[in-house]
Amino acid sequence: MSMLESAAAPVARGKIEWLPVAIFAVLALAPIACAYGAETYWLGLFTSVMVFAIAAIAVDLLCGFGGLVTFGHAAFVGIGAYAVAIFGAEGITDMAITLPAALAVSAIFAYLTGTICLRTKNVYFIMITLAFGQMAYFVAGSLAPYGGDDGISVKTRSTLFGYAIFDNDRAFYYCVFAFLLASYLLCRALIGSRFGRVFRGARDNPTRMATIGFDVFRYQRVAYVIAGCLGGLAGFLLANATEFVSPAYMSWQRSGELIIMVLFGGLGTLHGAILGAASYILLESVLGGVTENWKLIFGPMLVLIVLFARGGLIGLFGAIKRKLSHD
Amino acid sequence: MTEPVLRIEDLRKNFGGLQVTDGVSLEIGAGELHAVIGPNGAGKTTLINQISGTLEPSSGKILLNGADITALPPNKRAALGLARSFQITSILPRFSALENVALAVQARSGSSYKFIGSAASESALNDQAMAALTEVSLDGRAGVLAAHLSHGEKRALELAIALAMQPKLLLLDEPMAGTGPEESERIVGVLQRLKGRFAMLLVEHDMNAVFALADRISVLVYGRVLASGAPDAVRADPAVTTAYLGEELE
Ligand SMILES: Nc1ncnc2c1ncn2[C@@H]1O[C@H](COP(=O)(O)OP(=O)(O)OP(=O)(O)O)[C@@H](O)[C@H]1O
Ligand SMILES: [Mg+2]
Repeated sequence: MSMLESAAAPVARGKIEWLPVAIFAVLALAPIACAYGAETYWLGLFTSVMVFAIAAIAVDLLCGFGGLVTFGHAAFVGIGAYAVAIFGAEGITDMAITLPAALAVSAIFAYLTGTICLRTKNVYFIMITLAFGQMAYFVAGSLAPYGGDDGISVKTRSTLFGYAIFDNDRAFYYCVFAFLLASYLLCRALIGSRFGRVFRGARDNPTRMATIGFDVFRYQRVAYVIAGCLGGLAGFLLANATEFVSPAYMSWQRSGELIIMVLFGGLGTLHGAILGAASYILLESVLGGVTENWKLIFGPMLVLIVLFARGGLIGLFGAIKRKLSHD
Repeated sequence: MTEPVLRIEDLRKNFGGLQVTDGVSLEIGAGELHAVIGPNGAGKTTLINQISGTLEPSSGKILLNGADITALPPNKRAALGLARSFQITSILPRFSALENVALAVQARSGSSYKFIGSAASESALNDQAMAALTEVSLDGRAGVLAAHLSHGEKRALELAIALAMQPKLLLLDEPMAGTGPEESERIVGVLQRLKGRFAMLLVEHDMNAVFALADRISVLVYGRVLASGAPDAVRADPAVTTAYLGEELE
């Protein structure tokens, strides 16, 4: 799997990394710029960038740092989204209930499926995560009271202790921003922590890790649960962003898109996942406006980036920076 | 009688029809260095794999300090004080030499379910890791990515990882394999210094090293212990000479 080599060594300590700072600065200021254009459209677009960035960070945690290529992560996004929709249909819209529920169900699903998936390796792991993803997809499609295959609309956005903090698009945007920032910082801390070091070591050489005394499987399962919860969080936010939920959220194409975002942005960097999500979604909207077959343009771009800039966009930036400082 | 550090009772392992470990019984006492020699394919690595837990025996028993560990997974055996090196270098290529060793220290000092705080800056872990690197004269290369170390340095790193585990029993699978004469000598020197601190099982083809280091030698041929005893007795054993040593010593 040389294609899935991470660009970067683990997060460097001590010095400020400007790229993540810049990314979050741009995201923090984006609503101001949006006010000069079609505000609702652009604000919505950037909101979904950040929502998918959370899911992509989860995928990067597993793929980029743990070597666990998950092809079913959209299932968690779907679970989070359905938690909002199903509670909503039953008249419960407060996130004090729906968000913990979304996270709990994601965690349980991750724990159970992880227990099975993590017994396998490499391509088998990919296949079995895909299989569980498809299972979730079909279960969602069979939820007749909640729209079945057609999906179900979310009538009201989530409230917090009765306050409609998501109703204003800008306020919602900054809530999603805060969730993204928190997810990013959490994963960053995690990767450098004792736990993260064991998790990363397990990717390098699971046999060595076992023979120095680590039960690799348990650490991987904890990471899988954390990544599952992040996926659930993204789904919770996605349902609020789109005010609609359908089984399509869980399709394998969606899982594939998350991997593509991470590869495009740069595997094993976390902020690369944010860049990847932004590139994918913005290109989809820009190129999608030009031609329906925008993937015909995006596909070759992805191949070129993966082939020639091993570390995705982040790797490309690094290469350009090195070139400039050499000259 | 005191319990030996390692006791193996009638261990058997077959891959299909191939009997690779055929009724091996042996004991290693505290501080003893026990060498296992034998021709290629004799089943030496397979024996070490079964002791360290990466391979399940077909039958027989393995006891570490009197406790039956036959059914334990490798990580639990490590926690009981069993460390090993691999014939084919087994390190973490994307980590620095220091972090390779620090992880071994981390495994036996406190919980690793800590999700915040930088592990790489825990000086308690780093200090002990550095001490182990110093023992194998690798302290000057602590910050180097393990993948970038020379072959000999990687072998030394494996040894440092094992030392950092503060083992009760150390299994060494051809620690000098593929190293030049100078590096071999260095490793022999390290092992000589370590001798007596803990029990060791050494598998090695370099007979000079084996006879310089071993307190006892067992000769393994076709998965069977052909002879076992003090180095001089083994060297003089005619059966051993014909089966194995003859070609190696001439
Ligand atoms: N997983 C396996 N499946 C089938 N046969 C195996 C397996 N592992 C080892 N063998 C066979 O078992 C025999 C013993 O192998 P082993 O690696 O233990 O030998 P060794 O004594 O360590 O040899 P060397 O000195 O070359 O390292 C060999 O014939 C080998 O082909
Ligand atoms: Mg061998």
